[in-house]
Amino acid sequence: MNFGFSEDQLLLQQTVHDFLASELPVDEVRKLWNEDTGRSAEFWKRLAEIGIPGLLISEDHGGLGMNEIDGVLLIEETGRAALAEPVVQTSVAAPLITALSSSLADQWLAKIAAGEALAVVQHDVNAFTSDAHVADLLLLSHGDEIHALSADRVSLTAQPANDPSQRLFAIDWTRDDETRVASGKAGRALLAISLDRGALACAAQQLGVADKLIELAVAYACERKQFGVQIGSFQAVKHMLADVKVRLEYARSLVYRAAHSLARDTRGRSVDVSCAKAAASEAAVAAGRIALQVHGAIGYTWEQDLHVWMRRAWSLDLAWGNSAWHRARIADAVIDGALPAENFGYSAP
Amino acid sequence: MDLNYTAEQDAFRKEARAWLEANVPREPLPSFDTREGFEAHRAWEKQLNAGGWAMVPWPVEYGGRGANLLEWLIFEEEYYRAGAPGRVNQNGIFLLGPTIMEYGTPEQKARFLPKMASSEEVWAQGWSEPNAGSDMAAIQASAVLDGDHYVINGQKTWASRGAYADWLFGMFRTDPDSERHRGLTFVLVPLDLPGVTVRPIEQLDGEAGFAEVFLNDVRVPVENQLGEVNRGWDVAMATAGFERGLMLRSPARFQNTARKLVALYRETAASGQPIDAGLRDTVARCWVDAEAYTLNTYQTVSHLLAGGKIGSESSLNKIFWSELDLRMHEAALSLLGARAELLPQAPAAEGVGDWLDGYLFALSGPIYAGTNEVQRNIIAERILGLPRK
Ligand SMILES: Cc1cc2nc3c(=O)[nH]c(=O)nc-3n(C[C@H](O)[C@H](O)[C@H](O)COP(=O)(O)OP(=O)(O)OC[C@H]3O[C@@H](n4cnc5c(N)ncnc54)[C@H](O)[C@@H]3O)c2cc1C
Repeated sequence: MNFGFSEDQLLLQQTVHDFLASELPVDEVRKLWNEDTGRSAEFWKRLAEIGIPGLLISEDHGGLGMNEIDGVLLIEETGRAALAEPVVQTSVAAPLITALSSSLADQWLAKIAAGEALAVVQHDVNAFTSDAHVADLLLLSHGDEIHALSADRVSLTAQPANDPSQRLFAIDWTRDDETRVASGKAGRALLAISLDRGALACAAQQLGVADKLIELAVAYACERKQFGVQIGSFQAVKHMLADVKVRLEYARSLVYRAAHSLARDTRGRSVDVSCAKAAASEAAVAAGRIALQVHGAIGYTWEQDLHVWMRRAWSLDLAWGNSAWHRARIADAVIDGALPAENFGYSAP
Repeated sequence: MDLNYTAEQDAFRKEARAWLEANVPREPLPSFDTREGFEAHRAWEKQLNAGGWAMVPWPVEYGGRGANLLEWLIFEEEYYRAGAPGRVNQNGIFLLGPTIMEYGTPEQKARFLPKMASSEEVWAQGWSEPNAGSDMAAIQASAVLDGDHYVINGQKTWASRGAYADWLFGMFRTDPDSERHRGLTFVLVPLDLPGVTVRPIEQLDGEAGFAEVFLNDVRVPVENQLGEVNRGWDVAMATAGFERGLMLRSPARFQNTARKLVALYRETAASGQPIDAGLRDTVARCWVDAEAYTLNTYQTVSHLLAGGKIGSESSLNKIFWSELDLRMHEAALSLLGARAELLPQAPAAEGVGDWLDGYLFALSGPIYAGTNEVQRNIIAERILGLPRK
């Protein structure tokens, strides 16, 4: 039993942190809002050089061959930086392709790891599919079936959304025997683990988002003066921020445990993921609201950067099952016993 | 990261479970806030000590088994799972014990720790004074050096277990010209000395759970000083860290309450009684939060075992466990409906009266061990870096 990260894992986190801090100032994130695709193929390639899209791809296919425990800290950093590129989608799609078929894997994984191709997953839990417009390969669900289609075989309808970084689409497509790559029990299992992967990735990003929102609020509270003193010296301000810090730190433990549950595919995996997603999303959304309150009216302006992260917190909450959806799944597990939900620590002998 | 227990840890759990199954009293003991209950609990502590389970992370020479903190968490899980009695000497074993381990002389360790482990000496914590509550640096009770003795005068209050305890640890002003937290010294005081008057105070539940202690020219040998003279604050901060952090409130207690709450929900639903739809969500949330608290503790312990330290982070714990405890009991009382007001002995209580007791106690969580408002100040200033004034 060891609930900690290795030196290597922490070092890699620091590397990604430093890279994003220097290469992706928030102005860059905002600049992409006005671009057609909202995405930068060039930046994505640079992310590929540090291994982000290839994180969960085997070394045989040019990836880093890591697992979710290694990945969780890195994805957290992408949330902190408000990176708009499809990190969540890739971290669902890559392992799904690996599991689906070796021919798909041979065809796509090396390109995905190199940042030269993108795959996205459409799942029933999401009403719309993000980043479908830049995907080369789309993995689409229909009941318990999964179909693999190339971009030229689908038609997309853009759904402008609250977060200008989010690019959402309704997908029109036709399935046939040739496009079907999984079905039945296997299809259900793959869709279930995909949902858990998507939710975990969102939860990990939410940790970074929440941390950043608290950081922005603290910085502002130390700088802004009213009544002749820094507003951060007022207890009402301190206590709001302290409360959200408590929420964040307890969500963090749940997210890291969920990464472990996915990496080891434990019995309680889905419940653990739901705990992580619900708690991290709630912490991030609360951090957004409180950071806005601390900023006063300046925070309510388009010009101020605060809403870059606030909107990210909202859209991550809605992706791959919102907090309410995950809490309902927890209640089903814990109260009705529909899924295994063992108290941590009570499971042994 | 590996959240599986090792074979040794599983074996340790089995051993603890077997001993507890064979030894935990079949009937719950009376409350340790009564004289009879206090002595019954002392006897149980002796039995625990005889089995070598009094304080598993302590060194063997002081009555422990030299286990690491992970094993301690495992032991606690088994302890609560077995429904074993509350620890009457928690101030000693969880708070003062670790402090003596850190600051005590070899003589003090040998003198105090074994008797603490066996609960031959039960401890009360004497920090609060009528005018020094949250503002603990306002302590006025004084200790004046007279030869090889301190002469102590003043009043302590709200000392838990003070009504029946044998010893009191506290801070006293040793430098009369000092202000605030400078000039205080940590001293260990026997409660049977001449000049000591203990007045029990009944708590919200009607039992004498804490006490006022009046000290009138009480002569205490100077070797009862813990740590350096006038540096008692540093020593006390270490104790406070243990109190807010994982020592006093190990996760097992909350996991156990959460499991009982889920069971209560199921029983209530099965009885066909209508349940407010929001309660299902509340119960699930409580269960998740108990998990989160457990995981956070395991994370902290892993960090400590890897050579890390914890400081102000224990204020995060304090807020989380105390509020979780309250939420769980409030949810249980909502589920109980009209039975929520029944004392355990009421015939219609049918075994659910403990929830009321638990609720009354949970209400004190955000107050003792430093109020939650004070903890929020600590988080804001020391963890987030907000300005003091
Ligand atoms: C069940 C129980 C057991 C206890 N056991 C012990 C014991 O064994 N030994 C012992 O020494 N003490 C014990 N205490 C006392 C406890 O430590 C104090 O009650 C606590 O420190 C608060 O002090 P106070 O009661 O004087 O409240 P006050 O300090 O008078 O506080 C009253 C209110 O004002 C708020 N407040 C005060 N200062 C600030 C501030 N700076 N910022 C914001 N809000 C503030 C508080 O949060 C609180 O809400 C116990 C208390 C209880 C309830």
